[in-house]
This record gives sequence, structure tokens and C-alpha cells, in this order.
Amino acid sequence: MVDVPYDGIAGIPPAEVPDVELYHPKSWWTRYVFSQDAKVIAVQYSLTASAIGLVALVLSWLMRLQLGFPGTFSFIDANQYLQFITMHGMIMVIYLLTALFLGGFGNYLIPLMVGARDMVFPYVNMLSYWVYLLAVLVLASTFFVPGGPTGAGWTLYPPQAILSGTPGQDWGIILMMASLILFIIGFTMGGLNYVVTVLQARTRGMTLMRLPLTVWGIFTATVMALLAFPALFVASVMLLLDRLLGTSFFMPSLVEMGTLSKYSGGSPLLFQHLFWFFGHPEVYIVALPAFGIVSDLISTHARKNIFGYRMMVWAIVGIGALSFVVWAHHMYVSGMFPQFGYFFATTTLIIAVPTAIKVYNWVLTLWRGDIHLTVPMLFALGFIITFVNGGLTGLFLGNVVVDVPLSDTMFVVAHFHMVMGVAPIMVVLGAIYHWYPKVTGRMLNDVLGKFHFWVTFLGAYLIFFPMHYLGLLGVPRRYFELGDAAFIPPSAHSLNAFISVVALTVGFSQMVFLFNLVWSLFRGEPSGGNPWRATTLEWQTPETPPGHGNWGKELPIVYRWAYDYSVPGAEQDFIPQNQPPRATRAAQGAAS
Amino acid sequence: MSAIVLFLAVIAVIAGWWLSHQRLTAKPWLEEGPIGDFPGTDAMTWPAAKIGLGVFLAVASALFVLFISAYSMRMAMVDWRALPVPRLLWFNTGVLVLSSVALQWSYVAARRDDTDGVMIGLLAGGAAAIIFLAGQLLAWQQLSAAGYFMASNPANSFFYLLTAVHGLHLTGGLVALGRTSAKVWRHDAATAEMRLSVELCTIYWHFLLLVWLVLLGLLTGWTDNFVDICRQLLS
Repeated sequence: MVDVPYDGIAGIPPAEVPDVELYHPKSWWTRYVFSQDAKVIAVQYSLTASAIGLVALVLSWLMRLQLGFPGTFSFIDANQYLQFITMHGMIMVIYLLTALFLGGFGNYLIPLMVGARDMVFPYVNMLSYWVYLLAVLVLASTFFVPGGPTGAGWTLYPPQAILSGTPGQDWGIILMMASLILFIIGFTMGGLNYVVTVLQARTRGMTLMRLPLTVWGIFTATVMALLAFPALFVASVMLLLDRLLGTSFFMPSLVEMGTLSKYSGGSPLLFQHLFWFFGHPEVYIVALPAFGIVSDLISTHARKNIFGYRMMVWAIVGIGALSFVVWAHHMYVSGMFPQFGYFFATTTLIIAVPTAIKVYNWVLTLWRGDIHLTVPMLFALGFIITFVNGGLTGLFLGNVVVDVPLSDTMFVVAHFHMVMGVAPIMVVLGAIYHWYPKVTGRMLNDVLGKFHFWVTFLGAYLIFFPMHYLGLLGVPRRYFELGDAAFIPPSAHSLNAFISVVALTVGFSQMVFLFNLVWSLFRGEPSGGNPWRATTLEWQTPETPPGHGNWGKELPIVYRWAYDYSVPGAEQDFIPQNQPPRATRAAQGAAS
Repeated sequence: MSAIVLFLAVIAVIAGWWLSHQRLTAKPWLEEGPIGDFPGTDAMTWPAAKIGLGVFLAVASALFVLFISAYSMRMAMVDWRALPVPRLLWFNTGVLVLSSVALQWSYVAARRDDTDGVMIGLLAGGAAAIIFLAGQLLAWQQLSAAGYFMASNPANSFFYLLTAVHGLHLTGGLVALGRTSAKVWRHDAATAEMRLSVELCTIYWHFLLLVWLVLLGLLTGWTDNFVDICRQLLS
């Protein structure tokens, strides 16, 4: 065979490097604290989210102590238990997962993966973090105000959320609303950056269909969040006005403590519509980045191109669109017009189709792949299993007739922890093991990592799988103690004690992880620029960790998609996205 | 909630139209090759600030449409008593229209490199916007003097809330307008950056005028029939 080098790059003008007005830090303060560099902002977001997430983790231990051993711990009373539930849920869903996926991974990975020097509005990006930090501080301050944090449940349903008798009625609920409003303002600033950077700052050759799925996931989730968070904003503002100025947007007329309250005529159902119009897309705002990241982890660590890339992209977009028309499946028992339930059950079940496509594609990517059981891969596999489990119980709960008896039982708790608690956290942990070498230049310790994985994965399964059975028995959620109900057998109490012991164990294994993060920062094995031999652009930076402006003098040019693993005839089992075609074709010619 | 669902349908159509031009049916695993093979699929060439404003307008629209959704649902409750709209609002609306016209003038002047015209347009637009805001505050005062307090009826609550949210957006716009004016003040000749700033301010002003007209229609009750139809669509 005549070796004709493929002349793909002839006749193309040299890369024009647009004069980006990069911001240059002048002092330690502007380099590490008030930094406008997306990579620093990403680390700030991640550390803040993890710190407040640890608070939520401790709250879950306290809840488990009470549930597993009721009456043993006198320092937990019923009001505190409700406060723990509320804060645990709110922190985990919004202040940890949303902030970590979009503010943390989004900030770090989007500019690097699309080949940009930074986010397009660095100053706004910096503001976004500081407003987020303020929101977190306002939220944390509720632990110290008179009356403590609100105990209204993370859904904050009125009228109960702002009536006396609910813990935190004085300050807790007000600061909660203020914190949410701040969070949404901060997120909007960040979100504008993520969207416009993907639209406008992609390097040359990076068409949408060459984007890594991580970017697709984060991009779509950000678009959804920008459209969904305003609903929470509207709900928070109106509830705050009801509480502070005595308006009756949501508050019906009712008798409070024996006296007729000042409210009249409001609609609690309106709040639920607004809340879940945000709340359901929120599930996918957390899930889509996880979907994207896990696709890249599986492909890289199985040394195989992702199966059905196009389908994966369409599924992400399809899930994003569909998730806006399923919100009322959270409201089957709310007293809304019953025929709504039929419509929303249908859309809910339809959304299982693109989700199932994604699961099949992950499994088919693994099929006959060169699977390396690295820690990121283990977490990715753990994600698939917990996500399938949580997704299947979602099919149960999506049907009105099955949902009605299961509403407000532990079954629901088990379902949503599996699908949007454990599953996305698996991806977060896997992604940290995967990208830590890029952020710090050092590998995380492998032995500690494997220990962390097995305890977390098996433990999380042992916690949440048995909860389904508690739910089927009818054990209610949100109850401080179960008492002597006839339908709850003694075995349910022993099961609760077992779950609590496992929960504490899993919690402590996270301390091993934290130790690993700090220890490896100083003592970890140096990783080099591309330890996983991955194709995407962030692994091709001239420096590791990437320097200011990411790419030396010239921006990379992209010649191929992100999944050229194990290409037959190629020199190595991966071809970076910025490697020109000529080099590989010549290698192929030599090989044949 | 039908208003927000309709709004999202519009957004979905726009997004779908854009995505349909991005070769989403391509088979990237077969398309190893240089840039330039697929014209029109590279990053957008518009300035980042303009795209950013477009995205922000979508977010702000979602916010207003959600308020309108809540308004139309709350309106259906029995205790709703529409409040008389102060005459002053008509004057305010006129001033806001003038403000938009002045900014359009400024935008046209910027394209002709007429720096003085730009400055006059910006200042006139800013002044009119401030008068509008003052007028809105005066309208609040008149209403509360007549006994229509924030908490006495949901219609009043929504009146104060919607006008406040619109006013806050306009106040934010005034900050941008101030920065743009400072930019124009420093330069003698029109620069591309200045032209862009003026253009973005103008777009934002027209957007807020449109929002105000919709809100006015809602608050005066002109659109009640339309709201009724929307409500019946989903119930």
C-alpha cells in the first residue's frame, strides 16, 4: 500500500490567537482569594460546598442516632430532629450538589475542555463565588440565631413553614429564604458564564459534536438551572413577604394557637407548583453533569470510545426538555386536580426512555472494553448500579396508584437517596479521583481510595436498600420516633439500628477520603500531565496544574472527537483531540 | 402555570432551531479532520457580552413569566379585589417609552459615530428612566394614601411586588447605563466597545419597556380574558 500522508492541515491559516483581555493577578490576594481565574474559583466553590456538605453529613449522623436508638440520646429533641432533616436536605441538594457540579466542576472543566483561556466574564464569575459564599454563611448562621434553623422540611411548604409551632419560625425561615435568594443570584451570574463560554469561547475545530459529554451535561444542566431557579426565587420572595409583611400569597385563612390568623385566601398549592417547577428540574440539574462526567470516566478507564455518542447527546437534551413537564408528579397527594396526575405520570414514564438509553450505552461501552479497575472506574461502576436501582423505584413512584400508598414513607426516602443522593455523590468522588492529578499535579493514594470506595459503595447500599422494605411496611418519613404502632414489627426497629450503625461507618470512611486529599497534596505520587492517558483537552495543557490562561501562547486546535481510544493502527491506545490527522495517518501507514 | 409552560415552549423552539443548525446528526467518530470542514458549526462570532445579555434576558423573562403565572393562579381565588390603577401610571408609561426612544436615538448616533448624539441620548434616556422610577414610587404613595396597603388584598400585594421587581431591573440597568456614559465621556471618537455597550443598553431598555407593557396590561385588567383562556387550557 502506498503511504500517502493525509494532508489535512495544509492550507489552513495559522491559529489566530484572539487578543483575550486576560486578567492578570498582581498580588497574593488577587491570585488566591479575590481571583478571577476560573480554576481558582472552582477550587473555592468546591471547598466551600464540601465544608457545608460536611455539616449536612454530621446532621445525617444525628438523625440516624435518633432513628436507630430512639430515646437514647437526650440531646436530640423532636424540634431539633426536624431542623436536622430540613438542613440536611437543603444543604445536600442545593448548597452541596448544585454548587459542586456547576460551580466546582463547571468552572474547572468547561474552559479547559473547550479550549478557552478562561470564562468569558471573569469578574462576574468571581462575584458569583462570593455571593454563593455569602448565601452559605447566611444559611450556616441559622444554627446560631434564636430558635435555630427552620424545621419546615426542605420543601418549605406553607402554611406550616411560617406558622408558630414549626421550629425556626422566628429567624430560621427568614434567613433560609434570604440565603436561597442570594444563592440564586450568585448562581445566575455563574450560569451566564458557563453557557456563554460554551457558546462563544470554544477553540477552533471544537464543534458541538466534538464536545466531551461532561461539557454537554454541565451545559444542559446550566441552561435548565437558569430557567428553573427563577421559580424558586419567585416562591422564596413571595413566602418571605407572607412571613414578613403579612401578605397572603400562599397563606390560607386559618386558626393559629386558637386565634384567627391575619392571613386569608392564599393558595398553598400555588407554592407547591412553583417549588416543584424548580424542584424537579433540580433533580436533573444534579443528574446531567453526573451523566456527562461518568460517560467520560467509563470511556477513559475502559479504553474504549463511548457507545452511541450521538444518542448520548440527544438523550441529554431530551431529558433536559422533558424534565420541565413532569413537576406535578411530586404532588399526586397534594389535592391538585386529579386528572393532572394522569398527564404527569405519562411524561414521567416517558423520561425513563432517554435515561435508559444512557444506561444501556454505558454498559455497552464497558462491553469488551479494556477495563482498568482504577478508583474512578470503581466509582463509575458504583454509580451505574445505584442509579439503576434508584431509577427503577422511580418507575414505581411515577405511577399515581403506586405512589399514593407509598407517599411520605421511607420508600420515597430510599428512592431519592439512591437516585440523586448516592448516585451523583459516586460520580463526584470518582471525578475527584480522576481530576485531582490535574488540579494538584499529584495522584491520590490508591489503597486509601479503594478502601474509601468499597466502604462507601457497600455501606450506602446497606443503608438505603433496606429502607425500601421499611417503606413498604408503611414506616413514615420525617417522624421523630415511631412509637408502638401495630403495623411496625420489632424487626423494623432492629433494621433501623443496623442502618444507623452502617451510616456512621460510611460517614467515618469519608474522613479517610479527606485525609487522603490532604496527605496526597504533599506526599502523593507526582502524576505528570496525563496520568490516565486521556484524549480530552484538559489533559493536554502545557503545564500541570494548568497555568494562568491555560494554554501557553497558542490555543489548541481540535481535529477529532473526544473518544478516540484504542483506534486500530494508532501508535498509542488514545489520540488526543488536538493531535493533527497527518501524524496518526502516517502511523497507520507504517503499521499496515 | 400555563404561562410559564408556553414561555418554555417558545424557548424550546428557539433552542431547537439553533441546535438543528449544529449538525447534531453528525457522526463525529468518522469525522477526523481539520477545522473549516464544517462551516457554521464553530463557536458563535457574536461578542460574548451580547450573547450573555441574550441569555440574561431569557432568565429575566422566565422570572417575570413565573410571577405572571403566580398572579393568574392567585387571581382565581375568591378574595381577589382588583385595585384601581392610579392615573399616574399612564404618565409613567409615556416617560418609559420616551426613555426607550432616547436610547434608540443614542444607538443610531453611535452607528453614525456621532459621540455628542450618543451622550445626549444616554443622558436623556437615563433621566427619563429616573423620572419613571420616581413616578412609580409616587404611585405607591398615592395607593397607600388611598388605603390600598400591601397586605390588605392579594391584588395589592401583586401590584407592589411586580412594580418593585420591574423597578429593580431598571435600577440595575441604570448602573450599566452609567458605566456606558462614563465610557463615552472618556472617548472622543466612537469605539467598537462603546457602540456595543450602547447597543446592549438599548436592547435591555426595549426589553424592560416590553415587560412593563405586559405588566400594565395585567394590572389594568386588559388581559383578564387572555389570562382566563390560559388558565382554562390547563384545568
